[in-house]
Amino acid sequence: MSAASAGPQRSQVLATPKAAVGQTHPGTITADDFSFWYGKVQALHKVSLLIPPRSVTALVGPSGCGKSTFLRSINRLNDVIPGVRTDGLLLLDNTDIYASRVDVVALRQRVGMVFQRWNPFPKSIYDNVAYGPRINGTRDGATLDEIVEQSLRRAALWDEAKDRLRASALTLSGGQQQRLCIARALANNPEVLLLDEPASALDPIATQRVEELLYELKAELTIVIVTHNLQQAARVSNHAAFFYLGHLVEAGITEQLFTSPREQRTEAYLTGRFG
Amino acid sequence: MSEGDGAAVIANGDDAPRPLRIVGSAIADRVYTWVLTAFALCIPALLLLLVIALGLAGWPAFRRFGFAFLTSSTWNPVAGIYGAAPAIYGTVVTSIIALIVATPLGVGVALFLSDLAPRRVRQPVAFLVDLLAAIPSVVYGLWGIFVLLPFLRETLMPFLRDTLGLGGTVFFSGPAYGPSMLAAGLILAVMVLPYISAISREVLLAVPRSQREAALALGATRWEMIRGAVIPYAKSGIIGGIILGLGRALGETMAVTMLIGNRHEISASLLAPGYTMASLIANEFAEASSDLHLSALMAVGLTLFVITMIVNGIARWLVWQVGRTGSGRP
Repeated sequence: MSAASAGPQRSQVLATPKAAVGQTHPGTITADDFSFWYGKVQALHKVSLLIPPRSVTALVGPSGCGKSTFLRSINRLNDVIPGVRTDGLLLLDNTDIYASRVDVVALRQRVGMVFQRWNPFPKSIYDNVAYGPRINGTRDGATLDEIVEQSLRRAALWDEAKDRLRASALTLSGGQQQRLCIARALANNPEVLLLDEPASALDPIATQRVEELLYELKAELTIVIVTHNLQQAARVSNHAAFFYLGHLVEAGITEQLFTSPREQRTEAYLTGRFG
Repeated sequence: MSEGDGAAVIANGDDAPRPLRIVGSAIADRVYTWVLTAFALCIPALLLLLVIALGLAGWPAFRRFGFAFLTSSTWNPVAGIYGAAPAIYGTVVTSIIALIVATPLGVGVALFLSDLAPRRVRQPVAFLVDLLAAIPSVVYGLWGIFVLLPFLRETLMPFLRDTLGLGGTVFFSGPAYGPSMLAAGLILAVMVLPYISAISREVLLAVPRSQREAALALGATRWEMIRGAVIPYAKSGIIGGIILGLGRALGETMAVTMLIGNRHEISASLLAPGYTMASLIANEFAEASSDLHLSALMAVGLTLFVITMIVNGIARWLVWQVGRTGSGRP
């Protein structure tokens, strides 16, 4: 299933005029002077960043610098926190994510998310993957079967899970559960996948599998990953953005950012002088 | 390396090695264990003594009437005939009414407080609901007599019977006096509500934020999140809260005695008066003149005790089952 095939359906859910979607591969995220407040505390200061589709963009920086806030702004998961406020623009394919007419539920179906701590529902493997399609109104058993198989295949979990689809998701290992969460997000056929430190609680082998998975998935998706692990960022990402104290310090091609950063603070962080 | 050096320094600094006082602390430890074990054993022992006392005292009634004690509906102290079926029936029916009314209310309030209410409202409302548990039973009874019964007699019962046309069914037939199993069931519902809602709220708040976020991030609406992610996770705890409420409803005495009408009769109609085991004991123990009468009341007490035990046992088993396999069921 290619990313382009579901295009019309998606533009409809976000109420984007179809003509405005200029890209062949939708999923471009643009931040323009985007600021974010938790109550009186400003967490992001005028961040301007373009996240291109069909690639992996890593958000790096020390703890509490706004990476996760930025990530969770893209699917508006911060909305559940009372007192949050935004300013500036955050666009997904030319549609303002924070426009009042945007249907948050539809947005989150287009923008999947995977969390630091794997969080499958205490249900069967099948029901975990089918959760998204089901709440979107897919009831047909055969269709669901197909979506579940395809999503598990895309998350490289099918071979391990196909004989135990009805078993509890909690019987899987940690790494498998994390890949299940990726499969669950993919089942909505999103065009953007957000990952919030997806491998920080995994062992090295499980981490490697998740990283390989990202490498395959970026052919179809916009992937944004928050990571504390700079080696990981260097391994998996095409683009990287360095956040510090709520400011976007520097962004660019990962290789360039890591080998010849323009900003002194970036270099200091990358060489381990702080953070 | 450095650890070894450190140890050497400490050993050198302590010229005379201090003797280890093994004996004293070991004795203290053992006494401590014994005392606590004795405390812990006291409680099952108390339970056992209670059962034995009830059993011994109730034995004459059980021997005289046999199984009919539980199935006969004649309770006639004058003739010396005792059958507890109406009281058992009334206990079960009023408790079921209470659960039917209080479960959706209690769980609903808990969901409102855990997921929907504005933050400022949560604490005060939770406090008020919890406060329901602090009202003495007899006050509920008094309120029931002067407020609930007139309301039932003049408004709710005619409405159910005539306006909704339920009078044709056996459950709502007959005259509307007021004192009835419905009245007792409703007052019980109010009384068990705080238990169900408090426990449900606790378990709902214990559902990890990651579960809620997982559902939201997949495009769930708030209601879909609650139904698909929050309730399944909290299910076993909610069931536990409901069963705890049931246990309370089964044994509640004072308010029920004041509202149920106290009549030894099995009637399918909820509008009819009835009896419960607890109110039967409360009403008659002072007037029990004959030994057999007293024994019959003791036997009722034992029956109530056993039923409550069984209900709690089932509850534990349910919670355990749900906790064990619920997560695995598709």
